[in-house]
This record gives sequence, structure tokens and C-alpha cells, in this order.
Amino acid sequence: MNENTTNDPIIICEDVHKWFDDFHVLKGITTTFKKGERAVICGPSGSGKSTFIRTINRLEEHQRGTIIVDGIELSNDLRNINLIRQEVGMVFQQFNLFPHLTNIKNITLGPIQVRKMSKKAAEEAALALLERMDIADQAYKYPSEVSGGQQQRVAIARALAMEPKIMLFDEPTSALDPEMISEVLDVMRELAHSGMTMLVVTHEMGFAREVADRVMFFDEGVVVEEAAPADFFDNPQHDRTKLFISQTLQH
Amino acid sequence: MEDNTLTQEIKPPDTSKGPVRWLRDNLFSTWYNTILTCLGLVFLFLFFKGFLTWVFTQANWRVIPANLQILMIGPFPIEQVWRIGIVFCTLLTLLGLSAGIWRGIVLQMAIAIVGVCLLLLLIPLDVVKEAENTSATLEFNLNIFYLIFIKRIWLLGGLVLLVGTFFIGRKKDGLKKWIIGGWILSFPWTMIMLHGFGENTISTTNWGGLLLTLLLAAVGIVACFPLGVLLALGRRSQLPAIRWVSTVYIETIRGVPLITILFMGSLLLPIFMPGDFQLDTVIRAMVALTLFSSAYMAENVRGGLQAVPSGQVEAAQAVGLSYSKTMIFIVLPQAIRAVIPAIVGQSIALLKDTSLVFIIGLIELMGIRKSILGNQDWTGLHAEVSIFIAVIYFVFSYSMSIVSQEIEEDLGVGNN
Ligand SMILES: Nc1ncnc2c1ncn2[C@@H]1O[C@H](COP(=O)(O)OP(=O)(O)OP(=O)(O)O)[C@@H](O)[C@H]1O
Ligand SMILES: [Mg+2]
Repeated sequence: MNENTTNDPIIICEDVHKWFDDFHVLKGITTTFKKGERAVICGPSGSGKSTFIRTINRLEEHQRGTIIVDGIELSNDLRNINLIRQEVGMVFQQFNLFPHLTNIKNITLGPIQVRKMSKKAAEEAALALLERMDIADQAYKYPSEVSGGQQQRVAIARALAMEPKIMLFDEPTSALDPEMISEVLDVMRELAHSGMTMLVVTHEMGFAREVADRVMFFDEGVVVEEAAPADFFDNPQHDRTKLFISQTLQH
Repeated sequence: MEDNTLTQEIKPPDTSKGPVRWLRDNLFSTWYNTILTCLGLVFLFLFFKGFLTWVFTQANWRVIPANLQILMIGPFPIEQVWRIGIVFCTLLTLLGLSAGIWRGIVLQMAIAIVGVCLLLLLIPLDVVKEAENTSATLEFNLNIFYLIFIKRIWLLGGLVLLVGTFFIGRKKDGLKKWIIGGWILSFPWTMIMLHGFGENTISTTNWGGLLLTLLLAAVGIVACFPLGVLLALGRRSQLPAIRWVSTVYIETIRGVPLITILFMGSLLLPIFMPGDFQLDTVIRAMVALTLFSSAYMAENVRGGLQAVPSGQVEAAQAVGLSYSKTMIFIVLPQAIRAVIPAIVGQSIALLKDTSLVFIIGLIELMGIRKSILGNQDWTGLHAEVSIFIAVIYFVFSYSMSIVSQEIEEDLGVGNN
């Protein structure tokens, strides 16, 4: 438990199931994330990690069970979905920046169009965020004109500009060259210390050990094991977890 | 020493070629290429000798200046020509301001239009004959200048306005909203100005020539855009009813020739209209061209939509943008950029397709050609008139094509 974690639940998942056609991807996930908690999700490829965190901001629809985010249940009600998306920021593996907009416009679009912030206020906030990400000098360039690590930090700033309560990261460093991984992890570490609730899908075990309150191990659509990082890495209970840890640490 | 040579800038090897080198590489590289080149030159000479002799010695080009007015504006009453002048000046003012503010694409369009207007200024006038009526030389000369000036005053005025407002637009960023509003209002304004009101109305049967061609093409090209975008989105909609209607519409229109649609517009539309309300023929042609063109636009835009990765939509949704805002700010700008060459190609095709409206009784350029040739003074001058009209079409089409290439270069699509 870190100093920011509270006992108030902010995400409650009850028996969440998801199918792609006949393919059962999530087979009953039940878990609760507390305000300020940082959870790292790992597991083999195809185990449903991305699908799971994408159900939390409804990029994927779950077909059974309930998900309650910040007191709002995710249903087909469009208004609820949009409310939740404002509270939940997301960072993608491939950055998904808008290539036709400058970095700063990537960041201000949401606050101006969704939060109805004035253009001036949004730009000031965006510049402050870019400063925090250590890339203020890249504000007026286009995404294609900056490095991958910088693009991912712009993407983090874009999500933070909406002042979300929760941040979802789906393998934020997997598409980066090794020398750029640390600059993105630094930013995420700083964010963790600021008390943000974070769900991070990643294979960066060093980061997990250092920052996470809880590590969840997914395999074939179920949570096989979850524990505090120290227990998880040093004393795994299940064979599949042991295998996964030994394989991942070899790299 | 060595450090110096290392840090010295090394220029890339010079790969540009002089004209002589180009000739040798492309036309005379081997003995058989040389023979082919010579044969080709002989053939070109024989072909063009006949054509050039005709152009410079046999063709009767007087038909063009003598009929320039009717070619440009059709039977529009000449004493009312100020109406066209005002419309022309309004549009060029808007264009100048827009070019100053947005630059880029709009500026390139403005430059293309200036080029076309300058070409028009170059066409000789049939003023010498009119001026000959006065005897004194001084008066004669003055008269020529006067007539040139009067006949070209709107063209010149428009050009001056365009250049002037360009410099104003460069300084006034705050005008954006007003200018967009101005462009939207420019269509009703054009129609009202040309038509007039009260006693002085000018029937649309008097609209003709290049004026009508451009009016129809502009309306078709601009109006098909929003309709095409909606149809493209409709065809990809999650809602089966919308998807079905859009698909049927697009496929039906694309399966039918424009002539049929023009006929249906002129025969069927009046039947659907209530009572004795009669839709004007020009409006009917505009509607038909728009409906026709929007189906093709929809398919172009749909191609662009498919080129936008799904991650873009997901990122926009994750920020909380609604469906419509995701489309307006994220998806459509990228989709349309990807298919600008196709859209310009379609616009060029539509410009030329307007020549079909003669079958519902309108006298755009091709209709005017027929009426000139029907005049006793000019019988038999098919070639001259047709070539002139072909040149007009070519100038407009080619300018659009150049603008499209510039846009592509700006956006870094394609590599020519
Ligand atoms: N849109 C989709 N349609 C059909 N199947 C899908 C879709 N998205 C994912 N899947 C399948 O669902 C399973 C889980 O995918 P998911 O992306 O959640 O895995 P993951 O744990 O994130 O794996 P990775 O580490 O490779 O990202 C995979 O087998 C995948 O092929
Ligand atoms: Mg994944």
C-alpha cells in the first residue's frame, strides 16, 4: 500500500465476461481497485489484458457482469459512457496521436471540445503539462516530427489534460526503442507518486516492483494470481505464474 | 587536421542533369533509340505542320472576339452586366480574404484564378470595329482605351480587389468566422444578384455561356461535398436502416448515366412538386448534378474513411469526444486528405459533365457553340469555336489539377 491509497473503491468489477463472437476472452473477472491504487497487469500474449482494461472505458463492451467506475455503472447509456470517458484517461501502445494536429492541439482538443474550457486556459494547461513531461519545446511540432518517447509523453499529457481520476496504460513502452523506455517510465513514476489511480498493462517488471501496489497475472481470460509485487515476484504460488516470471525475467 | 576533415560538410553528389545530358540519356542513348526519335520527330512535324498552317493562315478567329460576350455570359442583357460584375467582385473579395488568412491551399486556388483571369484579359476584343465609327485618330485611340477599359472593368476590378483583400486578410485573423459566413451567404447572394427582383428580373433562360457552366459546376462541386460525406458515413453506420438507404442511393445513382438523371430531374421533379409550383430549369439542373455527384463523392470519402486507423477513433473516444466530434475533428480531416486527388478528379469530371445540361434546354458553353454556328455570319466555323471552348475547359481543368498537385505536395501524399 502506498501513502496515497485509500479504502474507497473507484472501480468495481463483478464477474465480467466478454466474448469475441464465440471466443471467450474474459471469463469472469471480479476485482476492486481503490482510489490511488496502482495495479500492474501482466500475462502472456492473448490472455485478455488489453481487452480487460479497455472494458473499463467501454472501448470494449462486456456482455455479462457489472463494472462500476466512480459510482457510475457502465451500460449502453451513452451519457454514462461519455461521463466515464471524461474521468478515465487512456494511453495506448501505438500512441494513437492525431497526426494532423500539432502536439499542443492534440492535448487541447479534449478540454476545449468536451470540458468546454476556453482556448487560452486549455493552452496554458497544456503547456504546463508538456513542461511536466519535459517536452515543452515540442509543443508546436507535429507528432511525426518528434521521437517515439516524446510522442508517448504527448499522449500521456493528452490524457492528463482531461484531469481524469483514473489512468489506463496499455503496454505504453512496448513500441519504444530501449533508450526511450526510461523517459516514459520516469513520467509514469512521477504520476504514480502524485496519487493517480493507475492500471498499467506492462512487462516492465522493474517498474512493477518499484511502483505497483498489486500485480495481477492474467492467463486465458482469468486472473490466475494477484499479490503485492514482493510476494508476486519472490513467492509466486501458481506454476503458470512461475513459468511466466522466469520467462519474462530472462529477457 | 584530421578533425577538420571529419567535421567538414560533405555535399551530396550532383545528380541533376543538364538538358544535353537529358537528351542523350532519354532520346539518343542507343542507335535504335536515335532512329525512333528521328522518326517520331518527322511524324510530329507532318502532323503539326497541317494543324499549325491551318491555325495561322486558314482559320477565321474573328468569330471568337465577335462572340466573346455571348460565350462568356450567354444572352444575359448587356446593360445588366453589372450584376455579374458585382457577384464576381464579391467572390474574388471573399477569395482574397480567405487566401490571406488561410494561405496554403486557398492561396493556391486564388493564384490559379488570377492566372485564368489574366488569360481572359489577353483575349483580343472586337473593339477596333466599334471604334472605327469615329474618324479622328486621337478620338479613335481614346475610344479603344475607353472600350477596353469599360468591357474589362469588372475583370480588372475583381483582380484588384482580390490582391488588395489578400493583404488585408493577412493581417486580420479575427475575420475567419465572418468569411465562412460570407461564403455560405455567397450562394443565395449570387442567385439573387443574377436574377434580380421586382420589375428588373432576368429569367434564368438568359443565363448562359461560361457563366452558366461555372455556376453549375461550382454548385455541383460544393454542394455534393456535405451530402457525399453524410452518405459515406451512412454507408458505414451501425444502424441497418441508414446503412441500407445510403447504399441503395449510392449504387442506384452510380448505376445510371448523368443524362438519365438530368432527364428525370426535368421530367419527374415537376410531377412531385405541389400544385403549379414550377422549379426553375437551372435549379433543377443544379439539383440533378448535386445528387449525381454526391454518390461519387460518397465513395471517395468512404475510401478515405477506410484509410484512417481504428486507433484514431479509439483515442478520440478515450478523450470523451462524441461520435460527431470524433468525425468532425479527427476522422474526416484525415480521410479527406487521403483522397484529395480523387476528389479533384471527380470535380474536373463534373465540370466537363455540365456540358450535358443542353439536353434539358440550357445554353452553357456547348449550347452557345450551337447558337453561334447557327448564325449566318459564322456558319462552318465548327473547328474554331470548338477549339476555343476546348481551351476554356482545359484551362479550368488543368488549373484544378495543378492546385491538387500542390495540395498533395503540401500534405506529403504521393511522390511526384
Ligand atoms: N476485435 C477483436 N475481434 C476478435 N478477437 C479479438 C479482438 N481483439 C482481441 N481479440 C482476441 O482476444 C484475445 C485477447 O486479446 P487481448 O488483446 O486482450 O490480449 P492481450 O493480453 O492484450 O495480448 P497482447 O499481450 O498480445 O497485447 C486474443 O486472442 C485476440 O486475438
Ligand atoms: Mg494487448
